[in-house]
Amino acid sequence: MRTKRIKGIKFGLLSPKEIRKMSAAKIVTADTYGEDGFPMEMGLVNQRIGVIDPGLRCKTCGGRMGECPGHFGHIELAAPVIHVGYAKLIYRMLSATCRKCGRVLQGCLFSVTDAEIERELNKRVISEKLRNAFKTKAYPLSSNADVTKEKDDKWVITDDKEKFIIRIVDGKLNIYDAVKVRKRILEEIEEQKKKQANVGEVVKQVFKEAAKTDVCMYCGERQKVIKYDKPTAYVEIDEEEKKRRLMPTDVRERLERIPDEDIALFGMDPKSARPEWMVLMVLPVPPVTARPSITLESGQRSEDDLTHKLVDIIRINQRFMENRDAGAPQLIIEDLWELLQYHVSTYFDNEIPRLPPARHRSGRPLKTMTQRLKGKEGRFRGSLSGKRVNFSARTVISPNPDIDIDEVGVPEEIAKELTITVNVTERNLKPIKATVRRGRKHPGANYVRRPDGKKVKVTEINYEALADEVDIGWAVERHIRDGDIVLFNRQPSLHRMSIMAHYVRVMPGKTFRLNPAVCPPYNADYDGDEMNLHVLQTEEARAEAKILMAVPQNIISPRFGRPIIGGIHDYVTGLFLLTRGEKKFEREEVLGVLRNIDIDDLGEPAGTFKSPSGIDIEVPYWTGKQIFGMILPKGLNLQFRGKIDDVIIREGELVSGVIDEMAIGSFKGRIIDRIFRQYGEEEAKRFIKDVSRLAINYILQAGFSFGISDEDIPREGKEQIREEAVHEAEKKVDELIRAYEAEELEALPGRALEETLELLIMQELGRARDDAGDIAEKYLGIENAGVLMAKSGARGSILNLTQMAACVGQQSVRGERIKRGYQGRTLPHFKPDDRSANAHGFVRSSFKDGLSPTEYFFHAVGGREALVDTAVRTSQSGYFQRRLINALQDLEVKNDGTVRETRDTIVQLKYGEDSADPSKGDYGKVIDIDEVIREAVGAEVGT
Amino acid sequence: MKKGKISILKHELVSKHEIIGEGEVKGLLNKYKIKKEQLPKIKSSDPVIKEIKAEVGDIVKITRRSRTAGKFLSYRLVIE
Ligand SMILES: [Mg+2]
Ligand SMILES: [Zn+2]
Ligand SMILES: [Zn+2]
Repeated sequence: MRTKRIKGIKFGLLSPKEIRKMSAAKIVTADTYGEDGFPMEMGLVNQRIGVIDPGLRCKTCGGRMGECPGHFGHIELAAPVIHVGYAKLIYRMLSATCRKCGRVLQGCLFSVTDAEIERELNKRVISEKLRNAFKTKAYPLSSNADVTKEKDDKWVITDDKEKFIIRIVDGKLNIYDAVKVRKRILEEIEEQKKKQANVGEVVKQVFKEAAKTDVCMYCGERQKVIKYDKPTAYVEIDEEEKKRRLMPTDVRERLERIPDEDIALFGMDPKSARPEWMVLMVLPVPPVTARPSITLESGQRSEDDLTHKLVDIIRINQRFMENRDAGAPQLIIEDLWELLQYHVSTYFDNEIPRLPPARHRSGRPLKTMTQRLKGKEGRFRGSLSGKRVNFSARTVISPNPDIDIDEVGVPEEIAKELTITVNVTERNLKPIKATVRRGRKHPGANYVRRPDGKKVKVTEINYEALADEVDIGWAVERHIRDGDIVLFNRQPSLHRMSIMAHYVRVMPGKTFRLNPAVCPPYNADYDGDEMNLHVLQTEEARAEAKILMAVPQNIISPRFGRPIIGGIHDYVTGLFLLTRGEKKFEREEVLGVLRNIDIDDLGEPAGTFKSPSGIDIEVPYWTGKQIFGMILPKGLNLQFRGKIDDVIIREGELVSGVIDEMAIGSFKGRIIDRIFRQYGEEEAKRFIKDVSRLAINYILQAGFSFGISDEDIPREGKEQIREEAVHEAEKKVDELIRAYEAEELEALPGRALEETLELLIMQELGRARDDAGDIAEKYLGIENAGVLMAKSGARGSILNLTQMAACVGQQSVRGERIKRGYQGRTLPHFKPDDRSANAHGFVRSSFKDGLSPTEYFFHAVGGREALVDTAVRTSQSGYFQRRLINALQDLEVKNDGTVRETRDTIVQLKYGEDSADPSKGDYGKVIDIDEVIREAVGAEVGT
Repeated sequence: MKKGKISILKHELVSKHEIIGEGEVKGLLNKYKIKKEQLPKIKSSDPVIKEIKAEVGDIVKITRRSRTAGKFLSYRLVIE
């Protein structure tokens, strides 16, 4: 397809002439449908401005419903009205132009009193020519902007004109300067237009200068002040403060007087936007296709809001005409005029300040022009930038460790709604017939399409007949079923892994099910998160999704070159517990732990031991490390530093080390990383699946729980925390304060004395919490569930545990102790100038013990900062992301490796300047040289 | 260049910029099947361009050091 490039967009105003020219019908009657049920001739649902009834033909283009795009009509307004959208601009233009000759006010003239003129005249030696001019009250002045050339037009001088001349003589008005300014502004506007830049700033100068000018440079007319009475009225006030309303007719006349050559000064093009066109004489009526009526179930017609509004306009318009023709009093005419203005105004915008919104009979405000376009649900954001899609579903997510990482559990209810269109061919005729024969029962079909394009709904009644009828050339919309590929998504979609392709598994229940290992890329959890699912409809889309978007393809994140999919929470804990120490398992236990995992050879047992079942026989046993080795690929060699110790894997066996977050966790997982690179994505997927099954099997059997009593510390432990950590620190802080007050404290380099004190106190109290944590950890012991999770990297940290069990610690605002509040103190609970730990946000209690009122307050103060921080950060980074996406979305890597934009201009001669795919590289490096060498030389070479 | 001023070209953070001859230009444009205007641009007011006295319409070759690729060649068209 040949594409064309938009060179520019020109905006303008519709002239009455244009409106009439583009109109297919003049609208006169307010009624829509006649008694015969057909659209009224010359009515708002005219057959010449489009058809919405099936079977009827358009009287303008002859098209049927769907073929005819609709055509504009028009209403001849009985009296001109202001277009609300331009009311402000009209005011500005009225104020900036001469009330008599319509020219743009320039030259910075100020009106002078007659006495002043007298004085000026007496002071001055006037040229013969001018003196004569005064005598004859006629002065030659060019009416052209270009006053450098004097013309001989004789003007009759009015009083204002005399003053004007005096000003010229006086030299205070430099016409030549005014002309120069005019020229400069016109040039600037031209320049801005050429650059396709905004002319607003330049035009502002024109308005600014006009505001300073109150005598016309061209005709000498003294200007009056114009007041804008929102939303659509203008009042002229003279020197005696007398007010006169400018009716739309007056406004229109004034705007008409502005000459074409002055319109350019407002940054407008007189050919496409004459200012008087902002005062409406003719109203375009949008085609009925843009405001279709809907037929209610009762058979009654319900018209669109816009139609309602147009009915109002026509009614008032008619009444206005009748009253005027009947010679009604001026007051009544003006009232009707005002009413017409109101209806036309609300037709354009029903949310004008100071105007009561026009309402439907039910009391609901009408949705008129502006409301259709504006806001999140408006035409731009709601219909053009974002659309609702078919073949999609949304529901709550919940975990299922038994399904594969690239599967998604779909509730049967949803599977019966979502369909894939299958073209019936010789090859699939039989199974498709069977599908249709199941009717709407799960893997069935919802619709069939005959070769002539007619769509037939599959129902309880007709499904068997349809199944018989279905033949080659038909199309069947069948339910999705196990193995279909779909896109799965969780908002906010911040990176490409937020949308991945999964394979369907239809399940009972009402939630989408996913393996917890894919939570990290979606940033999902199960506290009520919902996700969207999209069914792919074409063969190309399915192929693309399978190759580019499938979960296994996205195990490694291009953001940091490490796996983003991997074990979390219990997966890590489970394997940590399994591989820690030398756990011994009998054959039956091993088989239990390996349930659902595809392993058919347990290999040699590690040895024999006395059966724990009590019977006095020696039985073979396998260790936890051995069991983990069974799910590793054969021949894997890997060695790395885990969280606890060095993990060594030789020939696919775990020789030593404990499996933790560093081995199989998301974001870190070295083993996953290695398997992905060495064995490919399918093996990595298999490994993650086996990890999830093995870990869950074991943790289910071993049992694992964490409750509030797991934060208990024995009495002597608590004592120790209070004495050795907290008291000790508080004493040291008091000593620091004493030293500071006795002026014995020495300032740290580059710090004031007070800063030094604060710093030292913070240090001391920080240490207090760490000490408390150490003591707590010692008393909790390594077997404590919380400690296990923290140490293995499954969830939480030692700091979390410290705060729960031992001491919450210092609260801070902007990295400092809390010092805001009253003068000299944070709360009335403390003495002024108390610098102690307690008075400035040190929380010595643990969450388990509970916080004292002042501690609770300080904790809230510190917590608020964190809350505000995240709120600000997310909104800022969200906007940042949006801008980046908008700037980069059209860039494409071409087959020759160059990055180009849509015009084929090159942005980068080589993608990333190295053509490297970050997700294929190693943590930011294209290749890991050490690894390559190790591979080549042999696994024995140390790390 | 004024006396006593150090050429910016000598600075380690300024990549090597050189004007390329007609033959090389032809080869380059042929290689990517493009017109001059499709190359990335650089302003003639750019300090480096002024320093090497390149003129509007010239194409400069920029040799950059790259952490991943070792060396990277870029070409830019000098514009007003
Ligand atoms: Mg959540
Ligand atoms: Zn038509
Ligand atoms: Zn005038």
